Amino acid sequence: MKFETPAGINPIDQLRVIGKPTDRIEGPLKTTGTAKYAYEHNDEVSNPAYGYVVGAAIAKGRIKTIDQTKAKVAPGVLAIVTAASVGALQQGKFYVDRLLAGPEIDHYHQAVAVVVAETFEQARAAASLLKISYTKTKGVYDLAAAKDSAPISRQGQSGPLRQTNVGDFDGAFASAPVKLDETYTTPDQTHAMMEPHATIAHWDGDMLTCWCCIQQLNWGARDVATILGIPQENIRLIATFIGGGFGGKGTALSDIIAASLAAQAAGRPVKLALPRPLMMNNTIHRPATIQRIRIGATPDGTITAIGHESWSGNLPGGGVESATASTRLLYAGANRFTQLRLAVLDLAEGSAMRAPGEATGMMALEIAMDELAEKLNIDPVALRIKNDTQEDPEKPGRKFSSRKLVECLQTGAGQFGWNKRQAKPGTVREGQWLIGMGVASAIRGAPIMKSAARVRLNREGIVTVETDMTDIGTGSYTIIEQTAAEMMGVTMDKVVVKLGDSSFPTSPGSAGQWGAASATSGVYAACVKLRDAVANSLGVRVEEAEFVGGQVRGGNRSYPLGDAAKATELVAQDEMTYGTLSREYAQDAFGAHFVEVGVNSYTGEIRVRRMLAVCHAGRILNPKAARSQIIGAMTMGVGAALMEELVVDKQVGFFVNHDLAGYEVPVHADIPHQEVVLLEDLDPTMSPMKAKGIGELGIVGVAAAVANAVYNATGIRVREYPITLDKLIDKLSINA
Amino acid sequence: MKTFTYERASIPAEATAAAARTPGAKFLAGGTNLLDLMKLEIEAPQHIIDIGKIGLNKIESTPAGGLHIGALVTNTDLAAHPIVRRDYGLLARALLAGASGQLRNKATTAGNLLQRTRCPYFYDTNQLCNKRVPGSGCAAIAGFSRQLGIIGTSTSCIATYPGDMAVAMRALDATVETVKANGAKRTLSLDQLYRLPGQTPHLETTLEKNELITSIVLPPPVGGVHIYHKVRDRSSYAFALVSVGAILKKDGTGRVAVGGIAPRPWRIESAEPLLPSGAKAFTAQLLKGARPTKENEFKLALVERTLTAVLNEAKH
Ligand SMILES: Cc1cc2nc3c(=O)[nH]c(=O)nc-3n(C[C@H](O)[C@H](O)[C@H](O)COP(=O)(O)OP(=O)(O)OC[C@H]3O[C@@H](n4cnc5c(N)ncnc54)[C@H](O)[C@@H]3O)c2cc1C
Ligand code: SF4
Repeated sequence: MKFETPAGINPIDQLRVIGKPTDRIEGPLKTTGTAKYAYEHNDEVSNPAYGYVVGAAIAKGRIKTIDQTKAKVAPGVLAIVTAASVGALQQGKFYVDRLLAGPEIDHYHQAVAVVVAETFEQARAAASLLKISYTKTKGVYDLAAAKDSAPISRQGQSGPLRQTNVGDFDGAFASAPVKLDETYTTPDQTHAMMEPHATIAHWDGDMLTCWCCIQQLNWGARDVATILGIPQENIRLIATFIGGGFGGKGTALSDIIAASLAAQAAGRPVKLALPRPLMMNNTIHRPATIQRIRIGATPDGTITAIGHESWSGNLPGGGVESATASTRLLYAGANRFTQLRLAVLDLAEGSAMRAPGEATGMMALEIAMDELAEKLNIDPVALRIKNDTQEDPEKPGRKFSSRKLVECLQTGAGQFGWNKRQAKPGTVREGQWLIGMGVASAIRGAPIMKSAARVRLNREGIVTVETDMTDIGTGSYTIIEQTAAEMMGVTMDKVVVKLGDSSFPTSPGSAGQWGAASATSGVYAACVKLRDAVANSLGVRVEEAEFVGGQVRGGNRSYPLGDAAKATELVAQDEMTYGTLSREYAQDAFGAHFVEVGVNSYTGEIRVRRMLAVCHAGRILNPKAARSQIIGAMTMGVGAALMEELVVDKQVGFFVNHDLAGYEVPVHADIPHQEVVLLEDLDPTMSPMKAKGIGELGIVGVAAAVANAVYNATGIRVREYPITLDKLIDKLSINA
Repeated sequence: MKTFTYERASIPAEATAAAARTPGAKFLAGGTNLLDLMKLEIEAPQHIIDIGKIGLNKIESTPAGGLHIGALVTNTDLAAHPIVRRDYGLLARALLAGASGQLRNKATTAGNLLQRTRCPYFYDTNQLCNKRVPGSGCAAIAGFSRQLGIIGTSTSCIATYPGDMAVAMRALDATVETVKANGAKRTLSLDQLYRLPGQTPHLETTLEKNELITSIVLPPPVGGVHIYHKVRDRSSYAFALVSVGAILKKDGTGRVAVGGIAPRPWRIESAEPLLPSGAKAFTAQLLKGARPTKENEFKLALVERTLTAVLNEAKH
């Protein structure tokens, strides 16, 4: 089915199942520990061996020798895989990092060997017996030092525009009556998802099956095929459940390659998980940025010039962090300039993490707006409303398909009690605590991707959905079940959803916050076909057929749905593809974040007291799942604001705090009170579902709202994330 | 993890005898620190002596009016004990500020005292660390040192003792009772137990290999306000940047030990007469000779400010 014109009324609009705050259908499996994650498919694989990945001990250089003498004869050892033993590997399409290093080492903890043994403990013990000697070479690890020589990033195939110019930014900025010109920094961050990267690899002749935790299975199969040099048809990836990803498991990383090579070498299935302390330097992360923002405005708050430059670093050939993306769309202003520069750094690969580019860029832009509001003596909510635009500011005439940023800000301000905020910072005190409020806008692109699904109907009236979509803890199972139930006129208990198997029809997987909107649309398309097949089978005219309450009605008759499959199971498969609507309209999701913090005037400790997000993202398929996405993202935003930082040791060349003791993320005690308001919104330009993604929207702007609240509380402006107490205390006057 | 042998002792004498007999042996109490370090191959004992079943898990009043705490009393039980809650509030608060509920259920009093540093370079066996590999060097001094020590450190090592309970114990003048394989018993103050690193940061305590901590003894309770103020980057489940354990009287006198800044809980008794004149004077004396790095010099101000908060709180 091709979606080319805005959707009209369709069966989804009945809202019998869609739009209900249904519990997640796999919840009981998870709470009882019976949902199987990659490492846990013990029934499917008998007699697995265990693999242990050895990471490079240096940041840059060469392996001189790997002495395997002791490791080889260690108890239980079955095989040792190194680049020398398997030969050169190709590179996948998405990541540039070489997943098995040697002889060159490109970054710390890059995999240099895989030891396979009968037990995990034996593999780990033998791994430490490998004697690897290296020649170190000098690397570049300091973004600030590399910044000035960093070129404008190369233009990738699908990557962000490296530079944009509208009007005359320089002239307009120079002549603007009110100017802001500040530089902000964001640190490297790690996804810190619960489930580590893990794979069980099993070869049957030339056929490779991997139980893995890849978010986009079609990318995974494509890249495993390329990297290992085998046909994609020979690969089956299974990821029934994924224990969090946040973009950190997009496609093939070292676990799946190491496990596959190890299984080949050992002639046995191999189980392998990356140890937590290896994950941060071995896999991918959100890269650090340095961002300069310049905004010129007239005294009434009208933005006349807006410029945003961002510097980030990556391995040679790696992508740029597109931190300027939101600035291109969020506020009006006739004269605009953005630029992305990319330095080569010898740290682990920088790549996607929840709202890549947008979350990072908005950490800076939305502080800048707060600073501008203060300069103008205009309320920060009012300034944002003043500069709202209903069309793409770079392409006048190109409308937003739906944009309710103003409503988000107004609703939020009302509900949060924004009018109690004191414009003068540092003036609200409660005992030892300084209290402040902050606001930020949120915007996140709402891409939609082609997505296929197969639906089956049996004589019992059970509808089974199959697609390779993954559920990374987001609720994919549930919303897909709701979609099929709505389409086929049955209750959810009559639908079975099977996901996470690359042998199923191809979806775009969980990424880019496109998963929900895209995968459900694919299911919609397949269900439309199944409805036709049902009508035909029952001899009901398709246009007349009504699917309600497990019955099919038409021509004054009513049949149990299962009757259509009496003779034989009905199977329908289709793919939803898209025309040009996404070019005609700017399709984005919007929101506003409000945060209140307390700052201890003695110690500088910052504690979030309450948070509110008001969002709109098209039709909300399941308000409960959507809310969970938003509050999770808000929590992650608090982490970004107050504690998350992969600390670069610029001498050794690595992320030092590479475990969950050193890399702090918020705990329950950090998140006392969160509220989410989802504004009514239908976006018929998106798909028949009229839905947009929401999983990433929730993090965008949060950190800046926290930063602005800290400023409002203390009068201290911190432009280097994370905002930790050491950046406050020498400027903080004790409030005795 | 290296292969090791394992035995379970049933009485303290069995444990110490085994330790004397077997080279490279280690006692295993709750295991929440030792097992983690073994998995990372930072510690590689050849023999494990499980002391979980040797008794020593009672809390009893002493004839002198103090409290006798068995080495294997769990952190949870100790924090919840009615006498601790009533008379040694500082200790209960410090315990509850540490780790998490699950960990405190396993962690023991002696194990907690002997927990090792959280210096990130100590935890990464590829990095230079004098504490892990004597004489290899110290990557932390010129590296990421924000969490590390500012006083009592050396040119070999700037790691801190990371725990909370011991800070309270230090302020309470707790003593540690031990026994060796030959039956000899000792009583040590915490300053006698913990060594400063000097050029031998791998030697952290004065305990001998076969010496077992049997109990910790608290003197009779000290009246006053008991406060434990732990400052960290998130609200819970993190080690202290700085923590202040204090017992303060209404007249401003009292005692203070500080955590998160030194290789042992930091208390300078001779500075305590300065407490009534305020945090500034006292802290200047307490931190005399401090040698922070650029990354952790904020701890100087943080100690003073946290103490100011504590002194204020005690007044109200
Ligand atoms: C995630 C995490 C967070 C934590 N957060 C905190 C925190 O915020 N604050 C804090 O204070 N602590 C914290 N801890 C540390 C925790 O308090 C210690 O791990 C625990 O107290 C150690 O006690 P244990 O009985 O498990 O010791 P074990 O691991 O069994 O032993 C530790 C050491 O003591 C030796 N030992 C044990 N008993 C004796 C004895 N009777 N005689 C002689 N030697 C002995 C062992 O040989 C070993 O060397 C944290 C730990 C973890 C894992
Ligand atoms: S500070 Fe001490 S523990 Fe840390 S690396 Fe240096 S020697 Fe090792």
